[in-house]
Amino acid sequence: MINSEKNRLKDKAFQYFGLGCTILGLLVLAVFLGDIIMKGIGRIDWDFLTSFPSMRAKKAGILSAWVGTLWMLGLTAFISIPIGIGAGIYFEEYAKKSRLANLLEINLANLAGVPSIIYGLLGLEIFVRSMGMGTSLLAGACTLALLILPIIIVSTREALRAVPNSIRQASYGMGANTWQTIWHQVLPASMGGILTGIILSLSRAIGETAPLIVTGALAYVAFVPSGPMDQYTVMPMQIFNWISRPQQDFQVNAAAGIIILLCITFLLNGIAVFLRNRWQKKVKW
Amino acid sequence: MEKLSIKDKKLEAINLNVYYGEKKVLKDVNIAIKANTVTAFIGPSGCGKSTFLRTFNRMNDYVEGFRKEGDIIIDGKDIYQKMVRVEDLRKKVGMVFQKPNPFPKSIFENVAYGLKIQGINNKQLIEDTVEKSLKQSALWEEVKDDLKKSALSLSGGQQQRLCIARALALEPSILLMDEPASALDPISTSKIEDLIWELKEKYTIVIVTHNMQQAGRISDNTAFFYMGDLVEYDETKKIFTNPEKERTQNYITGRFG
Ligand SMILES: Nc1ncnc2c1ncn2[C@@H]1O[C@H](COP(=O)(O)OP(=O)(O)OP(=O)(O)O)[C@@H](O)[C@H]1O
Ligand SMILES: [Mg+2]
Repeated sequence: MINSEKNRLKDKAFQYFGLGCTILGLLVLAVFLGDIIMKGIGRIDWDFLTSFPSMRAKKAGILSAWVGTLWMLGLTAFISIPIGIGAGIYFEEYAKKSRLANLLEINLANLAGVPSIIYGLLGLEIFVRSMGMGTSLLAGACTLALLILPIIIVSTREALRAVPNSIRQASYGMGANTWQTIWHQVLPASMGGILTGIILSLSRAIGETAPLIVTGALAYVAFVPSGPMDQYTVMPMQIFNWISRPQQDFQVNAAAGIIILLCITFLLNGIAVFLRNRWQKKVKW
Repeated sequence: MEKLSIKDKKLEAINLNVYYGEKKVLKDVNIAIKANTVTAFIGPSGCGKSTFLRTFNRMNDYVEGFRKEGDIIIDGKDIYQKMVRVEDLRKKVGMVFQKPNPFPKSIFENVAYGLKIQGINNKQLIEDTVEKSLKQSALWEEVKDDLKKSALSLSGGQQQRLCIARALALEPSILLMDEPASALDPISTSKIEDLIWELKEKYTIVIVTHNMQQAGRISDNTAFFYMGDLVEYDETKKIFTNPEKERTQNYITGRFG
């Protein structure tokens, strides 16, 4: 009796403790967000979005940064999606039991934990120097693609694994070969999970700064890149550049930039959640 | 049971042993099945019926540790030979699984899948085949107005008939059915049994069942398995009225499980 009473108390206590932690976490985030928004929201207008950076804070804009970020996003997606899905399919559907696949799998998990600056150094050596891409968008995108590939591969594998084997059996049983089974049945059934993984990893990529600093993103760009071999800057670079200046007006610019970057990230995450819910409703086992 | 001439043999297993890893699950099985008959496989759970059934379309190839000795002959050809393309084999030897496993797609796409993967694009042909197959499997009346509906929204019995339609769309000459009615209500079950009777004219059917009455109703011949042995194989009438072996007698009368 007394014991169960005690347990109930403990249970309640822990419940409140958990609630407290959650509120604290949200509170810190809310204060931070509130601060940024108060500071920056007034600065966001059409001019801010369509102007190049400038020595004068009031005239400076974020055009080259957000266009650069979109370029970077597109190129990174273009490079990492086919390779990531392809590798995920290979591991999960073809090489399931081979020793090599096991070895690669363990290393893949480790790769996902490597600090991003290391990827930057790798990118500098391979893409910028050896392959002669220079400090171009392409070199940066290749580096970011490398950075998020392990995440895409792992999430693709998880999505493929969630497709019940009975579906594969049914397909094989009707005379389909492995590729047809994957293309017509397994991929469509797992697309929700795969897309979610891709979008989440891309939203991580657009926040990355360190690898791009190393591979040569510029801090001050007064032009819009017109092709993958052009030089560029990205939002986090621009924000960092502004924040590190002493003038108060630049701090406001930085806050406004952060709001826009956050909006892009939230948008991507929103799409991911939407896709997941949609596919979950459609495919139920 | 009549001796079959080589010409009459549709399916044949010769000295077949099957192993999963170390475990031997089929022991020296010999059987010859005549074209356009229904053959029932019966026996207690785990005796190897499904395993045996799946050797005829090589679905065991995907099971880890699977190994076989002996031969499986279909239409006079050893199907485990290197030159055989399993994809072609499975177009000829259709299968309905124990648990309904429709694709998470529309009813229409489910039935059209077999044609699609063969590269058939003729819309009219596909539509005709879908309709014909759904009629054959007695599902057409229930779904004809809503072929775009997801197959997963069908009831279990409807799903199983859809799986049968899907297999029929390929016009196989052999149909393997692994307890196709185990998850169905009596009405769906009797529909499927009627269907099997009709299909016999064109197909050779092998069906695994735990339902003795069902085996008695629909099959011409019955094979009784026990712990990997083919104990007795004979005309269904004979098996159910006057079996040779005591074990068969006991199983059929329900005296052991
Ligand atoms: N994938 C597998 N790996 C290892 N052993 C297996 C596998 N599938 C089946 N077995 C074993 O092989 C034996 C025969 O199994 P099988 O599924 O053929 O039996 P069954 O007669 O169809 O039984 P049921 O009536 O319950 O469906 C069983 O002992 C089972 O444990
Ligand atoms: Mg079985």
